[in-house]
Amino acid sequence: MRAKRLVWVWSFLALPILFYSVIRFYPTIEAFWLSLTNWDLLKPPQFIGFANYQKLFADPQFWKVFKNTFAYLVIGTPISLLLSFVIAYHLDRVRFLHGLIRGLYFLPYLTTAAAMAWVWRWFYQPAPIGVINNVLGTLGIPQHPFIRSVDQALPSIMVTAIWAGLGFQIIIFMAGLRAIPNTFYEAARIDGLGEWAILRKITLPLLKPTTVFLVVFSSIGFLRIFDQVYNMTTNDPGGPLGSTKPLVLMIYQTAFSSYAMGYAAAQTVVLFTILLVVSLLQLWILREKK
Amino acid sequence: MRKILFAGLLAGFSTMALNAAQAVEIEYWQYVFDTRVKAMDKLIENFEKANLDITVKQTTFPYADYQTRVIAAKMGGQGPDVMQLFYGWLDKFAAGGILQPLPTDAFPHDKIESEFFPIISAMKRGDDYYGLPTAVRSLALFYNKKLFTEAGLDPNNPPKTLDEFVAAAEKIARHDASGNLVVAGSTLDMGGQDHQWWREVLIRQFGGEPYTDGDRKVIYNDEAGEKALKFYTDLQTEKKIGQAGFMDEGQAAFRAGMAGMTIDGTFRLGAFKSIEGFEWGVTELPANAEGVRSNYASYFANGISAKTEGEKLEAAKKFLAYISSPEAMDIWLKEVGELPARRTAAMTDANLADPIYGPFLKGLEYAHTTMFVDEVAQRQNTIDMTNRILLEGQSVKDSLAQAAEAEQAIIDAAKP
Repeated sequence: MRAKRLVWVWSFLALPILFYSVIRFYPTIEAFWLSLTNWDLLKPPQFIGFANYQKLFADPQFWKVFKNTFAYLVIGTPISLLLSFVIAYHLDRVRFLHGLIRGLYFLPYLTTAAAMAWVWRWFYQPAPIGVINNVLGTLGIPQHPFIRSVDQALPSIMVTAIWAGLGFQIIIFMAGLRAIPNTFYEAARIDGLGEWAILRKITLPLLKPTTVFLVVFSSIGFLRIFDQVYNMTTNDPGGPLGSTKPLVLMIYQTAFSSYAMGYAAAQTVVLFTILLVVSLLQLWILREKK
Repeated sequence: MRKILFAGLLAGFSTMALNAAQAVEIEYWQYVFDTRVKAMDKLIENFEKANLDITVKQTTFPYADYQTRVIAAKMGGQGPDVMQLFYGWLDKFAAGGILQPLPTDAFPHDKIESEFFPIISAMKRGDDYYGLPTAVRSLALFYNKKLFTEAGLDPNNPPKTLDEFVAAAEKIARHDASGNLVVAGSTLDMGGQDHQWWREVLIRQFGGEPYTDGDRKVIYNDEAGEKALKFYTDLQTEKKIGQAGFMDEGQAAFRAGMAGMTIDGTFRLGAFKSIEGFEWGVTELPANAEGVRSNYASYFANGISAKTEGEKLEAAKKFLAYISSPEAMDIWLKEVGELPARRTAAMTDANLADPIYGPFLKGLEYAHTTMFVDEVAQRQNTIDMTNRILLEGQSVKDSLAQAAEAEQAIIDAAKP
């Protein structure tokens, strides 16, 4: 009876495993091999050793992109987590219009990234069509170039990415907050602990699994940022002088506009390694201390 | 008895052969663009009427995917018999074995060279031609007659020289109290057609040449290139007649009636025809003070797939001959608005007198065609070159030198 059930369980599991092997694992392994070739789609790939990696690490454009990618990660993740926690923490206590406010925060997460990017692109335009610059203009403040500037472009795009992901993080944080038993808070209040101490001693430690999940999830999201950047800067992909270009966009251009598949594969291997290292590092730093 | 049997067999074979001949179907590929697809449908209909034994199946893909589809189809041993390609893709397509040289029996070289505009040379590699265009495109200066009138300029006398162009743009450009551009004298958009204007027109008008050696060697890093680039960036920094990124895109600014002039190609006519708020005109690209003019022409050609052979090849030859015939070009001009690629079909009195087609056609006579190795990368290089000057304050000289070096690297990397 048990054996029969096991057979059933495994035959159901086999399908997704097979699917994943063909759709995910096989191409991943193939990419490692392709990164050592000069494949250009037209001629059969030829083994060229580590030439793609040498070229990549000597390319100033790559280091710029590398820096951008980490800027998205290092600035984007903490800000988005802090913001979403603060909002979730306070929203948790609001009863009036709770559902509506939560819905408003969640709405951007449901919208297509490309559509939002185009709306923001319009917001950021210079006068006379840019909404933000028009408002600045009426207030007598000089206009800002936003996505037309080498300094402002990356933060401008990051704001939209943070805003888009905020709703999801708030929902997860609120679920985490709700999961903390009320009795802990009651006990703490009876013992005379202040709000700040409760937050530090009870809420944050008990929220750790949620935080770990969101840190990893959001980091991967920022490391793979593409939609916002691509759609907001289609006429100069990656922003002026590559100031907003993330690694994924560079991979896309190398593969599908220059057709240098081997070189693009080398870039994906680098991205894969970064994602792996960053995720492992975060799991290690935020691990349960026993 | 035996004779009858033999006759029967023979008859059987011949009807089979006839059936086979009737069944020739060839596949034609191009990218999705409404008017082009409709025009091609019309051409196919006419062709099939004249060649009852051939059917042509048209397949289209979105432009962004098109090249990838052709290349992927080649890898899979599939793909079209006749396909459309941008002239700048030829190196890749010919080297990758996607196209075959045009058979000289159907397309003799002397005929190609005498009947088509000289820019057809961009389809030649070694001793072979790899494709023939139906239509060609060139650049011209579009101008907004309403803004001309408002600025006190004669709307029927558009600028003829670069100096007149700058003067007109200065009169049209308007700024608000804080100095923000409200109406541009002319659009400045390197991501649009300005990079072609700079590369093939301005550099030559300032006495230089962009490339030598079949466009495989960059030589614009000299005094002429510097003057041309300074002229271009000064339009924003000194003359303040326009601004890169104004209204997002140059063509959008012109369409919205927020720019007095814009340099764009024949392919924009369709989009500008629906403008209702103002009247616009077209004139030749401005000449320099000595009267030197230049233009940039480009085209999509049709070529025959390397895999096509036998009776399909014969059918493909007939089809290609038809879609590059004067009749097809005339239909294409009416349906799509692109200029005929044959001189006799293009330079008719009616076409030359046309207020819209005329200036584009005149431009074809002295146009140049850049032999791009990677059009996207080379355009990006020009965008970056101006951005370094406009946004980072790099000197024109240094930015130009850096751009020349980077473009040479792009060209060298593409060597097969």
